[in-house]
Amino acid sequence: MSLLHLAIIAPFILAFFVPFFYKKIKAVHTGWFVLILPAILFAYFLRFLPAVKNQGAIQETVNWIPSLGIDFTAYVDGLGLLFALLITGIGSLVVLYSIFYLSKAKENLGSFYVYLLMFMGAMLGVVLSDNLIVLYTFWELTSFSSFLLIGYWYHRERSRYGAQKSMLITVFGGLAMLGGFLLLYFMTGSFSIREIISQAGDMTGDPFFIPALILVLLGAFTKSAQFPFHIWLPDAMEAPTPVSAYLHSATMVKAGIYLVARMSPVFAEEGTWFWLVSIFGIITLVWASFNAVKQTDLKAILAFSTVSQLGLIMSLLGIGAAALHYTQLNDNIYMAATVAAVFHLINHATFKGSLFMVAGIVDHETGTRDIRHLGGLMHLMPITFTIALIGTFSMAGLPPFNGFLSKEMFFAAMVNVLSLDIFNLETYGVLFPVLAWVGSVFTFIYSMILLFKTFTGKQPAQKWEKKPHEAPLGMLLSPIILAALVIVFGLFPNILSASIIEPAADAIMPAFAEAGQAFNVNITMWHGFSAELYMTIAVVVVGLFLYVFLPKWKHIYNIFPKKLSLNALYDQGLVRTEKISKNMTNAYMNGSIRSYMIYIFIAFIGILSYSMIEKKAVSFELSNLAPIGVYEIVLAIIITVASITILFAKSRLTSIIALGAVGYTVALFFVLFRAPDLALTQLVIETVSVALFLLAFYHLPKMSRKEERIRFKMASAVVSLGVGVVVTLIALSAHNNKLFDSIAQYYIENTKEQAGGANMVNVILVDFRGFDTMFEIAVLGIAALGIFGMIKLRLSRRQDG
Amino acid sequence: MEVLMSILIGLLFACAVYLMLSKSLLRIIIGTGLLSHGAHLMLLTMAGLKRGTVPLLGENALFYTDPVPQALILTAIVISFGVTAFFLVLAYRAYQELGTDNVEDMKGTE
Repeated sequence: MSLLHLAIIAPFILAFFVPFFYKKIKAVHTGWFVLILPAILFAYFLRFLPAVKNQGAIQETVNWIPSLGIDFTAYVDGLGLLFALLITGIGSLVVLYSIFYLSKAKENLGSFYVYLLMFMGAMLGVVLSDNLIVLYTFWELTSFSSFLLIGYWYHRERSRYGAQKSMLITVFGGLAMLGGFLLLYFMTGSFSIREIISQAGDMTGDPFFIPALILVLLGAFTKSAQFPFHIWLPDAMEAPTPVSAYLHSATMVKAGIYLVARMSPVFAEEGTWFWLVSIFGIITLVWASFNAVKQTDLKAILAFSTVSQLGLIMSLLGIGAAALHYTQLNDNIYMAATVAAVFHLINHATFKGSLFMVAGIVDHETGTRDIRHLGGLMHLMPITFTIALIGTFSMAGLPPFNGFLSKEMFFAAMVNVLSLDIFNLETYGVLFPVLAWVGSVFTFIYSMILLFKTFTGKQPAQKWEKKPHEAPLGMLLSPIILAALVIVFGLFPNILSASIIEPAADAIMPAFAEAGQAFNVNITMWHGFSAELYMTIAVVVVGLFLYVFLPKWKHIYNIFPKKLSLNALYDQGLVRTEKISKNMTNAYMNGSIRSYMIYIFIAFIGILSYSMIEKKAVSFELSNLAPIGVYEIVLAIIITVASITILFAKSRLTSIIALGAVGYTVALFFVLFRAPDLALTQLVIETVSVALFLLAFYHLPKMSRKEERIRFKMASAVVSLGVGVVVTLIALSAHNNKLFDSIAQYYIENTKEQAGGANMVNVILVDFRGFDTMFEIAVLGIAALGIFGMIKLRLSRRQDG
Repeated sequence: MEVLMSILIGLLFACAVYLMLSKSLLRIIIGTGLLSHGAHLMLLTMAGLKRGTVPLLGENALFYTDPVPQALILTAIVISFGVTAFFLVLAYRAYQELGTDNVEDMKGTE
């Protein structure tokens, strides 16, 4: 157990103690106790920066289930460290923000911080694990803690709906991912990501390779809200705003991005990977940015914006995979896509975190998040406005903020796709820059809506619930820090490039680092008059034009019918599934014992006849048979007549007597077939049984004493005939297929010598196989006690009094 | 002989199943009775019929019938008797408590 492991586990340990703080120390907001930990962890992870840059990865192992190859291996490389810093850094800011956002008196803070810390620990575990099973464990923990946080205000119906939806979708993806991991294990024999990467080249031809790829991507796409699995994210906005800022913009939704980046060395050489990741990314980008424009709720806009930005990062990671096909090139332009992805990942976490906090502040100060009821807040809340301006301009990709830089790099990567000559890209490659540009135009539009509809214009006619004024400093502190980072990263991007982006890119594309082709990331604000600059100018011009004339074209959103939306599809799917399964269950579980018997007998007939035909077991060999005597024929006729009488008897008394007749005839058969003990027992027992039947018959309730025949039912007749035929066939075939002799000879020889008896059957019962007899006695004893209990025990009557 | 017995057993099974698919509880129990008769006869038939004398050593015969299935059947008879007796008393109690012997009326409410 190293310090690194302790760092990953620490949030869980603290989560255990949070309720004590919450219950015992009422005077202080519980968040202050929590705040210490992410701050310490952030400082701790900062210390890894030089080590990771200079020496590469740091690895520590603790055995968990060594016999299955599952060890808790903490592995810190550039990528893991980048995420760990995001998680702890933004985690500290979010905890700070939540201290001022959540009221000490009204909210159940104990649960909130327990869930949040659980989430933080789980997320650290995801990004710092080298073992796939450990990664999966933490992955599901993030799903669970996210579920708990979304449903934090569990008395609201929408919260519960959102929590359930996100749970269903992300757990579906998580399970698919587990399947992918297991396939990887089958192919490589190891759960360690390092090991798998080192064997990546051997796997390409494996039949499991593509299924593993698709399953792992399913996990990543559901978690990172990629099209069409993005629908859970807008509904997750029912969570408290600090949660939305932390989980649903900066960290959890990036777990899928992390997974794609982490698995890139394994899968990236495969064309399927390139296509799936980049196409789904770019579709998500366009679809979500298009949909963000029509939202009226601040957090809904931000949610769709998050989805679209995640699509952007995803598509960049996809394009980055193309770099592997050009190892010879010295100036590998596709590698820039990976760098852009990492850079935008950081940028998005900063500006989106601050924007969510701004939305929370606006909600907190006015009581509404609906942009139709907002406006003119600029003068009332100047600081919030400034933060929002920085955040939205960065999101729209305007200089001098960091979003501009990553947007330029994004365009550059997309334009470079045009010069790819693999995977048929000559034909379809042009789609990428076009879609990227369209997505950016819509991004620009909703960024402007977000800023100007909230903060400028006239104040709405009806008054807000509260009188808005500037938020307290504590609440503003976190967004100010994030906005400051937006500017700092915008103006001095290279403070990031050497320390964190290069190691992260090395981790995503280890093949290049091994070949000695280290990245030299140099991001500059001014990069000359290139295609991407003109694209940005066009985005601004067209975006402004469309923003101004928004009311004129807004009705195009109504063209697409609501019934066909993905949400309706999900809701309908859920309702239908429930209905279908209910109908199905009701259809065959009808409560009638007769139906169940029919199912059982049909299964019996079906399975046995199928396997007999399949194995050609039916045989009618007529040798080796005993001769037929007259007595037997007579007895057989008696049994036949008696059993058929039972079927057609009108009175139950007749059937009981006929059953007795069958029993006595069976006893006579035993006599004929040389079984005296059996005959004896059969006679006695049949007598007692018939007496019992008569007893039961005598006590029939009067109302249904009306005697009637069994009503003929075709189904019963067919089924019973089938059973009879199958049993006969089995009996005949079994008799004809005897493979070896009976062991009877042993008993015949040893009954006298070893057991000292002459009656073989009795000696077998009490001597050779006495155990059977003992438990048969037990059966009789239990039956007797059961009968006694049934007759004597009358609990219901006792209660009735 | 075995062919005849096999057909007879099949007949017993068919009648038993037909009874078990009826509505009256008493007839269902009669059906189980027939089914156990069928099963016992089948055990005996499968061991081969009329292959010697009664399995008593005092007979001093050359061939004896197989004693093992007889022991098995004896056990089975006693057990099926125990179960049948239990079922009958259960049916009797059901008559007393529920006032019906129609299994279709005994459906639980969901």
